[in-house]
Amino acid sequence: MQTEVFAPWDDPDQKPLIRFKSVKKQFGDFTAIQDLSLDIFEKEFFALLGPSGCGKTTMMRMLAGFETPTSGSIELAGQDIGSVPPNKRSVNMMFQSYALFPHLSIWENIAFGLKRSKMPKGEIEARVEEMLRLTRLEKFKARKPHQISGGQRQRVALARSLAKAPKLLLLDEPLAALDKKLRQDTQFELMDIQEKTGTTFVIVTHDQEEAMTVASRVAVMDEGRLMQVSTPATIYEAPNSVYVADFIGEVNILSGHAKPAGDGLYAVTWADGQPPVIAASNTPYSDGQQVHLAIRPEKVAISEAKPDAENAVEGKVLDIAYLGNLSTYHIALAGGQIIKAQTANTQRISRRSFTWEDTVWLSWTPTAGVLLDQ
Amino acid sequence: MTRLSWFNVVSLTVGFAFLYIPILILVIYSFNESKLVTVWAGFSTKWYAELMQNEAFLNAAWVTVKVAVFSSTIATVLGTMAAYVLVRGGRFTGRTVFSGMVYAPLVMPEVITGLSLLLLFIGLNLDRGVLTIVLAHATFSMCYVSVVVSARLMTFDRALEEAALDLGASPFEAFRLVTLPIIAPSVIAGWLLAFSLSLDDLVIASFTSGPSATTLPIKIFSAVRLGVSPEINALSTIMIAIVTLGVITASLITKRNAVRQQRDQQLAERTS
Repeated sequence: MQTEVFAPWDDPDQKPLIRFKSVKKQFGDFTAIQDLSLDIFEKEFFALLGPSGCGKTTMMRMLAGFETPTSGSIELAGQDIGSVPPNKRSVNMMFQSYALFPHLSIWENIAFGLKRSKMPKGEIEARVEEMLRLTRLEKFKARKPHQISGGQRQRVALARSLAKAPKLLLLDEPLAALDKKLRQDTQFELMDIQEKTGTTFVIVTHDQEEAMTVASRVAVMDEGRLMQVSTPATIYEAPNSVYVADFIGEVNILSGHAKPAGDGLYAVTWADGQPPVIAASNTPYSDGQQVHLAIRPEKVAISEAKPDAENAVEGKVLDIAYLGNLSTYHIALAGGQIIKAQTANTQRISRRSFTWEDTVWLSWTPTAGVLLDQ
Repeated sequence: MTRLSWFNVVSLTVGFAFLYIPILILVIYSFNESKLVTVWAGFSTKWYAELMQNEAFLNAAWVTVKVAVFSSTIATVLGTMAAYVLVRGGRFTGRTVFSGMVYAPLVMPEVITGLSLLLLFIGLNLDRGVLTIVLAHATFSMCYVSVVVSARLMTFDRALEEAALDLGASPFEAFRLVTLPIIAPSVIAGWLLAFSLSLDDLVIASFTSGPSATTLPIKIFSAVRLGVSPEINALSTIMIAIVTLGVITASLITKRNAVRQQRDQQLAERTS
């Protein structure tokens, strides 16, 4: 049996729900967004990821209607929404500070948006009750926002923004104020709710783990530009630039010059006195071209004896970080370069095979890393 | 409880004596039997009774209250609007000039404000009376309201208004349903400030009042020029009583709200 894969971005017949068409946004002399085009599809859970000041919040505020693009257009379901004020858009937003109305009860907070529409009273009540059930807040409906905990406030904010059943829900760093454990639980809750309601979610976050967990696609941004837009797996395993590779998770970068070795393989000379490393690549590189090999620590194996592998280098253990489930080794090579290797601690209280100052061998396969030209 | 040192006890006593002995003397002499202010002749409340018969004083008191209510209400509406535009309007052209101009009357000598208003009313051919005092008081107390309200607006989380807009409220609805209820305490504080400023204003009122309407401060001031009467002491004591009552009520309400807020927060933490 074949399961349908949710990937509307690969289907050329799909119409996007949101379309950014060469959008540019300037604040005075500062360019927040530079000529950006992007399609987001219905029922997607789309993450805008980047460091602070990369323009992700500006993108979200343009979708909500609090900012207008300097040039270019934004379409929602085929309609240009550039001149539509925020109160006339079927887009709702969950604010980073939650922005709950402190003088209204939880029930009234959730009903606020519904009361602004021409919905009859009975329907409003039914809808609010439904939202309270969805976010498990029935017990707290009569309380004021300052009478509930941080996690409950977060759920009220979510319920309030979902109450009007918007075509698009924007979430601005929705979990930033929660502690780690609660944040992880809430991520799964968000995904559940997104699936149940079938609403398109766009989330802004600087937390790469959060983006990877919840999103169907992630857009990595830097300085007002999209660096890469793809599924979490592609972003992690096949980043298109050193910036993206470095921003998502940990990575070792070996910079050098490529020499085609046939069969899509390249020999990369990366340090004096070290043998070239062999790496596979789908993108062709010319002889002597500057390349960077990005390889994740967990794909580097560590052993005492010289292994029988295409790529093997010798080094010394400099540091060991024990994280419980994983251990990360920092290995200093002869040329002074440090490579991180990660092993899973699959056995309980096993004796560590390596310790500080030990000489070890690192090895990896040609397909373990990605060759990048920038 | 910490014990106070001798030095602290002395400075406390001197300080409070300095503040309250004049008022205390006034209160005591309002219960004086004698008509001579400086001679004590036994306890009596007859001056209070006589005050209630004095049409001129009662009229002036009524005018003062009317003026204070109307002028502080006008000042609150205008001052809140001004504060909202100056804090929320963004950087529109002339914003700095406007905000400077709103606050200028705070430091303007009252005599000048009074005189310029008098000239304006004469120029407009307005008969001086309740209306002109109301307008004059609204003019100068509006800036106080604006200062109080804009201080609150500056710390107001703008996301709350944006959330209201986002949920479909028009900008006016966002103000009426979200901003105004939240800043209400400072708007009320502004109103009370304007009210009390209007109650005790003498200088500006004396420029802008006419024969048809006299406020209480003017009445007292002109009566004292003919000699302090025990009646005035009685009147002043009543005013002190009203003010004291107001202050005590306000602080009790504030205290009770603070206690309730604290209890709510503890409850929220326990049930989370």
